Amino acid sequence: MDAGTLVEWLVHPGATVHRGDIVARVETDKADVEVEIFESGVIDRLLVQEGEKVPVGTLLATLKPLGSEEAVTAAAAAAIPPPAIPKVPIEPPGAPEPGTLQHATRAAERLARERGVDLSRIIAKAGRRITVADVEQAIRPGQPLPAPVKASPRARRLARQLGVVLHTLAGTGPGGAVTAADVERTAVPTSAAQPAVAPPAGLRSRADRVVARQRATATAMARSKREIPHYYLGAAVDLSTALAWLERENLTRPVAERVLPAALLLKAAALACHDVPEMNGHWADGRFQGSDAVHLGVAISLREGGLVAPAIHDADMLRIDELMAALRDLVKRARAGSLRSSEMTDPTITVTNLGEQGADTVFPVIFPPQVAIVGFGRVSERPWAVNGMLGVRPIVSCSLAADHRVTDGHAGSRFLTAIERILQDPATL
Amino acid sequence: MTSDELRAAVLASLGDIAPEADLAGLADDDDLRDELDLDSMDFLNFIIGIHERTGIDVPERDYSRLGTVGAALAYLAAHAAG
Repeated sequence: MDAGTLVEWLVHPGATVHRGDIVARVETDKADVEVEIFESGVIDRLLVQEGEKVPVGTLLATLKPLGSEEAVTAAAAAAIPPPAIPKVPIEPPGAPEPGTLQHATRAAERLARERGVDLSRIIAKAGRRITVADVEQAIRPGQPLPAPVKASPRARRLARQLGVVLHTLAGTGPGGAVTAADVERTAVPTSAAQPAVAPPAGLRSRADRVVARQRATATAMARSKREIPHYYLGAAVDLSTALAWLERENLTRPVAERVLPAALLLKAAALACHDVPEMNGHWADGRFQGSDAVHLGVAISLREGGLVAPAIHDADMLRIDELMAALRDLVKRARAGSLRSSEMTDPTITVTNLGEQGADTVFPVIFPPQVAIVGFGRVSERPWAVNGMLGVRPIVSCSLAADHRVTDGHAGSRFLTAIERILQDPATL
Repeated sequence: MTSDELRAAVLASLGDIAPEADLAGLADDDDLRDELDLDSMDFLNFIIGIHERTGIDVPERDYSRLGTVGAALAYLAAHAAG
């Protein structure tokens, strides 16, 4: 992740913000992220405009300390003009706003391709994907395609919220772009009751994003394989105790609060970091820098293609039901493209869990600058010998790839042994 | 609930999880996990979606009985209240 495009400011100068508030949305190669602010205060100036692409680490805004809040706010409001209208149209016309990707059905995509129809110029029915019928409608003679509308993502979002059809607006922004102010001017108070019409859907941006994300993953993995001397260890872990415990637990839980085995595996990996802290941290400035907190990266494959591995913060401190809730939330937001900046940068160790459709064993690649990654394969029933007796048990292959500059096979073995031990005593999870 | 309503609930729950999938092209006996590439989190969300739409709480031990659209409809019809 080298650069990002600031898509939208969610605050304006003079706004009071608190540590952890989300202040902007940024589009990067890896994902769309929500930028959190790390200090409380009053927004002074926005230094980067919506639509600008800037390198990672660029100062986005200045902040005044909290304190004589009202005086500062008033001064800021007086001294600083309202957020400027973006200088350039931000996204290709018709691109969807981040987080609410609009899709076409496969059949519609195919038809559009065959007939040379630009899908970004087709309006789907509100809240629906573009269908074959929509495409057919568009190619029927005498039915001119609606012209693409230039509009900022903020204007698009606002239009959707207020039920305003962008096509009907005359934009006053640069190049005739529809601005948020245009939308606000048009919206009448009763418009919320009218059916909202979705803005034109586009595919180009989604496809671009998948390619960009794959490129970002490729860059990180190539760097990992180039720089990190990996070593690999594996252990087969008997999950019968853990899964039996989980089944009993889930019987008492309403459907929306049921816990998946994945949450147990994640928690065990997080707790094992207490046993072997050298697995948890970053390699930076030529040395290992350990972390007291365990921010557990979770590899999540996205349905549209590609992979992200955002963090569950302080995973070792969460109860199993809290961890499960965090995991569900994280997967949901990763797929909706609304991860937070800290989630993308904070992981101190990552887990990749292939799940029930996966292979038996994974030999994972470390996400730099982390120094270890834990892999779990598919859980499957295997013959298993205990005390001279053969039985059938649910077994998972647990693997570890770790950085040989930091740890060795001895530490790695202790780490895997810790995971195994923790999983044999699930009530402590 | 009528069988049409149950079908609508099943398809809507699948649509939430796999918005890109062509559900119209899904046969009643297609394996959902294979066809839609569902992982266990997706499947849990499917079960939650069904619960929200129909009020039917599928216990974990019965998950395997909802492996296809056809099987899910049969299961839900048998468990629908009233």
